[in-house]
Amino acid sequence: MKKSLKKLIAGIGALSFCAVASVGVADAAWEPKKPVEFVIMAGKGGGADQMARLMQGIIQQNNLSPRPFIPINKPGGSGAEALQYLKSKSGDDHVVMVTLNSYYTTPIMQPELGIDINTFTPIGRMALDTFLLWVRPDSGLKTLDEYVAKVKAAGKDWKVGGTGSGQEDSILTAMMEAEFGYDVTYIPFPGGGTVAKNLIGGHIDSTVNNPSEQSEFYRAGQSVPLVQFNDERSPAYADVPTAKELGHDIVYYMQRSINGPPGMSAEATEWYINLFKTVFDSAEWQKFCNEDGIDCATWVGGADLAAFHKTGYERHKALIEKVGAKAITGE
Amino acid sequence: MFQEILVHLGEGLLEAFQPLNLMMIFLGCFAGLFVGALPGLGSVNGVAILLPITFLVPPTSAIIFLAALYYGAMYGGAISSITLGIPGASTAVATVFDGRPMAQKGLADQALMAAAVASFIGGSVSIVLFTLFAPPLAKFALAFGPPEEFSLMILAFATFVGLGGDDIPKTIFSILIGLLLATIGLDIISGRPRLIFFDIPGFMHGINFLVLAIGIYGIGEMLWTLETTQGQVTIHSVKTSWSRFVGNLKLIKTYIGGSMLGSFLGFFVGTLPAAGATPASLMSYGLTKTFSKDPESFGKGNPAGVAAPEAANNSASTGSMLPMITLGIPGSPTTAVLLGGMIIWGLRPGPLLFSEHPDFVWGLIGSMYIANFVTLVLNLALIPLFVRVLATPFTILAPLIFALCVVGGFAPTQDMHDVWLMFIFGVFGYLLRKLDYPVAPAVLAIVLGPLAEASLRQTLISGQGSAAVFLERPIALTCFFFALMLVLYPVYQHFTRKKAKAADA
Repeated sequence: MKKSLKKLIAGIGALSFCAVASVGVADAAWEPKKPVEFVIMAGKGGGADQMARLMQGIIQQNNLSPRPFIPINKPGGSGAEALQYLKSKSGDDHVVMVTLNSYYTTPIMQPELGIDINTFTPIGRMALDTFLLWVRPDSGLKTLDEYVAKVKAAGKDWKVGGTGSGQEDSILTAMMEAEFGYDVTYIPFPGGGTVAKNLIGGHIDSTVNNPSEQSEFYRAGQSVPLVQFNDERSPAYADVPTAKELGHDIVYYMQRSINGPPGMSAEATEWYINLFKTVFDSAEWQKFCNEDGIDCATWVGGADLAAFHKTGYERHKALIEKVGAKAITGE
Repeated sequence: MFQEILVHLGEGLLEAFQPLNLMMIFLGCFAGLFVGALPGLGSVNGVAILLPITFLVPPTSAIIFLAALYYGAMYGGAISSITLGIPGASTAVATVFDGRPMAQKGLADQALMAAAVASFIGGSVSIVLFTLFAPPLAKFALAFGPPEEFSLMILAFATFVGLGGDDIPKTIFSILIGLLLATIGLDIISGRPRLIFFDIPGFMHGINFLVLAIGIYGIGEMLWTLETTQGQVTIHSVKTSWSRFVGNLKLIKTYIGGSMLGSFLGFFVGTLPAAGATPASLMSYGLTKTFSKDPESFGKGNPAGVAAPEAANNSASTGSMLPMITLGIPGSPTTAVLLGGMIIWGLRPGPLLFSEHPDFVWGLIGSMYIANFVTLVLNLALIPLFVRVLATPFTILAPLIFALCVVGGFAPTQDMHDVWLMFIFGVFGYLLRKLDYPVAPAVLAIVLGPLAEASLRQTLISGQGSAAVFLERPIALTCFFFALMLVLYPVYQHFTRKKAKAADA
């Protein structure tokens, strides 16, 4: 008994020595000193959420961070809640956020929030997600032309589901309305997963989901993609035409990037850039992108991402002016 | 078909009986108990925190561990609800209603036993339903669109109209307060901020349900106890003995009905995406009370009032696994985290998971049968330990409860704003209680309000502003019909009782 007690004390002593030693090393470069809040601008089960949790998994599995990343969903108001939150965390080195295109659109659509995304700290672009137009197989639709004809005939009775006014799918829906000259009813749901369920369950007629939200239903033969909105066909959906091929200039991507709050310290920013670059290059991440038809070819980090955001913001401003904010909010 | 299920189930049970998996079940149930019992931690955070550990074991063992933890947490929530009077998790709020009064009467062991037995019943019923009817139930879940969701919410509200006893206006007032609090924050449809008082950013994320529940039940209760006892709190310690245990066993028949009702209702509500165990347990409590022979005794320490929500929350936790596995859509916040885990393990939940990874799915199902027994045994055995909490002097217990309340209020959003709000709600809850207003309906309204609002507005948008959509929906109409019946039932009862009284005279 006494002997084992001694051993225990010796063990504790050794452990505490190790702890002291590791603290000494940590002083050399910045590292998180407490769990990192990993804010997600969307609801649970959607594309952004799945990606964030995969990133969290890769970080933990490969021991890339001394402290865990804790995902927190802030889906309210098309990302307004998350943006407000990140703004309020100014100067905090232990918060990063996974963004969608609502990173651009929500500040444009809701100027009263007082959000300037240029003040945030860009870290890295993890992926360019793609969009496809999905319908149910029982609709009998096979091509975009058939789709347009049917929607035109149905008018306001055609129900398109999406993830919220001002979210990327509502912009894409508005772009399609402008291009094809029809007017549909747009119904917002709390996340891409719920939209997918409502399409399969027959409560809406079509949606422009991301591939990750529909791929399992597609494999099970419960949903059909009619067209994709990329520059070129994605390898995962090689037999689905792009809108461009069909003569309609609708190209739309969704950026999935990591950004920190305003005024994040330079050391921390550098640490996060290195971390997410490692995640981006990992076999797990690249495999996920390939399977889901997401573009993860080029890494854009730090200052490059800031420039990318600037262009993205301007493009969305122009888009929203062109189709009109009212077409997007459905007011 | 049936034979095939049995074969798969056998394989699943064998898988679950592997030494590693068996160990995972024990560890999971045990960890879950504590995760559930600590206010503010809850199964969502517990699963999220322990998720990385699961990378060390194969996916099947990992999901078994996390499912067992989810399971254990459902029971664990009851422990703090009963012994301390503060809900350990949102799913255990309804357990406070009768669990706390029972503990104050010195019947904490009875309440804990009711919770354990009811959880076991809920778990058993739901897992059998899951095994037999998973694919058709998944189809049913798909048939639930916005109009059906809204009608279900109305049904839930109706179950609570009877809850406030005879004072229906006070109940409705309480529901309205809850609904008003639920509208604070960002509007889900347009994304505009609503009721942001004094432009405080903390209101942006709305009022968290646990902040209200912990404030009212934890802080409010403490203020009330101080006032009524003038600080001279008597200790309600319970002496546990074998004969008491046997005596409590005999009481099971008084709450078996409520437990069965809770089990079926819980499973059903759990399978619907986005509802989850919290509304299920509240609805189950409301319904059991309405249909009880003695509704007056509820809220004053009726074991059936502990059993009904406990059966429902365990049942719903199993139920919410169903849309997760078959549709890839989480039925509760906890399953959303589990879903993330599955993606990390390289499994894609969806309609094909059952056929492509039968070993995983059936291993999980098999483990739930075992986890159910483990939680029952573990919980019955630990009752003597839990009731010890009640033997603690109030001077020690009160600061402890206070600290737990603060942690519980802070944990969900990690915002001090919510802690201050919780104190305000505590005082508010105390005042409501002094004026004899029921607070449970307000708690229910803040959970269901946002769900009801979103589904109503989605329905109206799809109907282009016309509510006639509801008329075309048979499931929705059925729910509305039952809701109407539930509202009228107490009125009818009131009338017949008066008659009976008149006859007696």
